[in-house]
Amino acid sequence: MANVFAFAETRNGELRKIALEAVTAARSVADATGGQVHAFVAGATGIEHCAAQLAKYGADEVVVAEHAAFAKYNPEAVAAIVAERVRTGGYRVAIFPTSALGSDLAPRVAAKLGVGLVTDVTEIKLDGDAVIVKHPVNIGKVLATVKIASNPALVAIRANMFTPVESPRAGTIQRAAPVGDPDASRVVVKEVKLGGGTKLDLGEAPVIVSGGRGLKGPENFHLVEDLAAAFGNAAVGATRVVTDEGWRPHSDQIGQTGRLVSPDLYVAVGISGAIQHLAGMRTSRTIVAINKDKEAPIFKIADYGIVGDLFEVVPALTAAVKEARARG
Amino acid sequence: MKIAVCIKRVPDMDVRFKIAAIGNAVDEAGLKFDMNDFDSWAVEAALQIKDRDAATEVVVVSLGTDAVQETIRKALAMGADRGVELKADHIPFDGLAIARALAAELKDGGYDLILFGKQSADSSNGVVGAMVGELLGLPLVTAISKLEISGQKGSAKREIEGGQEFVEFPLPAVLTIDQGLNIARYPALKGIMAAKKKPLEVKPAQLAAQTVTVTQMELPPERAPGRIIGEGVAAVPELVRLLQTEAKVL
Repeated sequence: MANVFAFAETRNGELRKIALEAVTAARSVADATGGQVHAFVAGATGIEHCAAQLAKYGADEVVVAEHAAFAKYNPEAVAAIVAERVRTGGYRVAIFPTSALGSDLAPRVAAKLGVGLVTDVTEIKLDGDAVIVKHPVNIGKVLATVKIASNPALVAIRANMFTPVESPRAGTIQRAAPVGDPDASRVVVKEVKLGGGTKLDLGEAPVIVSGGRGLKGPENFHLVEDLAAAFGNAAVGATRVVTDEGWRPHSDQIGQTGRLVSPDLYVAVGISGAIQHLAGMRTSRTIVAINKDKEAPIFKIADYGIVGDLFEVVPALTAAVKEARARG
Repeated sequence: MKIAVCIKRVPDMDVRFKIAAIGNAVDEAGLKFDMNDFDSWAVEAALQIKDRDAATEVVVVSLGTDAVQETIRKALAMGADRGVELKADHIPFDGLAIARALAAELKDGGYDLILFGKQSADSSNGVVGAMVGELLGLPLVTAISKLEISGQKGSAKREIEGGQEFVEFPLPAVLTIDQGLNIARYPALKGIMAAKKKPLEVKPAQLAAQTVTVTQMELPPERAPGRIIGEGVAAVPELVRLLQTEAKVL
């Protein structure tokens, strides 16, 4: 029997989608051996309200750490309490998100515990005494199977790889007290600035519409935004050229040195398909490309390509998508 | 100010990789190698501090075979002062093993800042810098895209999903560098000549037992070959039909 720990990431007091993905991944590992899933959530007073949803997705227990100093990410204090919990909880596997927060937290915890960690994991299974994971290497051009022999094994999952599945459990609440003084952390997040309140995150959006150099300038990016708005569930991404030129913020960059995304639908607008970009989006389920150059490498991986002037095609597609959605 | 920058030698990614006969590694024959991109931005960050304060010493550390000397020399040519090779017969995949070897080297170095790239292009795990920070018990800020140092205090910007975090920390500290912080300088001819005379110390890496190992590597399934469904605005209705009926995403 192997109990599994799942770190449930929150922002502004609400669970992020990857929190449910972590619980779902933990559930599948625990179920293979008849073990339990313990989800962990930290936040300001009131974060306990997340427990019900974590239970719905498979948490037998929800460990709640409430403290005013957890309202924003508090790296040192959260790492301390999570490490203590994982150390004493007898878990075979501890699951984290591969996110800005998780990628900061998981290695801190692994180093505190002196155990193995693999991030950006797309599959997890138990094999006797070992935890076996799949992890893309070489910008996604090679897939590695990795064995983690430490106990516990720490695994940070890639977003959008473990579709949340409801699997209701008791979700019994346990309280966890901070380890040390959370107000004494040396590293302090002073401020968090978020883009527009309704904007979907690239890692969570089912659809991504992404723009490249073909847009010619920031003043034309509204074409990409309008198409994203027409889909209704889309985030806006960009290539490295676009973010290096300052047309869009660096946080929008998809590629080898930016975000790695795997949405259900990826629409590449005016993107030639440089290798650095393909590395960030080639695992998307369906890829659409609109580009005037029929030799552009993006057409080699696009399920549906349209060769044409994006300044004509994109507005027409925006109108057609709106119409299709209006018809339902 | 004394700054250490840890850099990794990685293959050029613009190739079609082959799996080596042993089955759990990439065939390195014919590959070109260079400094990992994120690490070059870490070197640049250190050199920009040195540009403002000539008394700053920048030490570059790299773990691997003697081949890493080429990567270290590149950093020296960019302007770093000296290099340390932590010699190992290969670079392990286990980030904790690497972090322990680096931490052992850095521990008593008296560094004000220890910089890393956010992650390497080849193993793509992104854990070593953070683990070193934790092992050394130093303030740690990961994935920064803006940095200001003022006396013994620093502030940094981190890119998070859909926004930014602004973080403050005291020195000494360990930082990992994201894209957007800077654009790395190219070594000038003068720098390349000077680099040949700069000190490069070789020490054995203290690599302990590893618990994370690659058992197999494979090429991921190829996507179905791309398909151009039409030209111009006339192709839009067919695209919408395919998105609805075939891809079922609309």
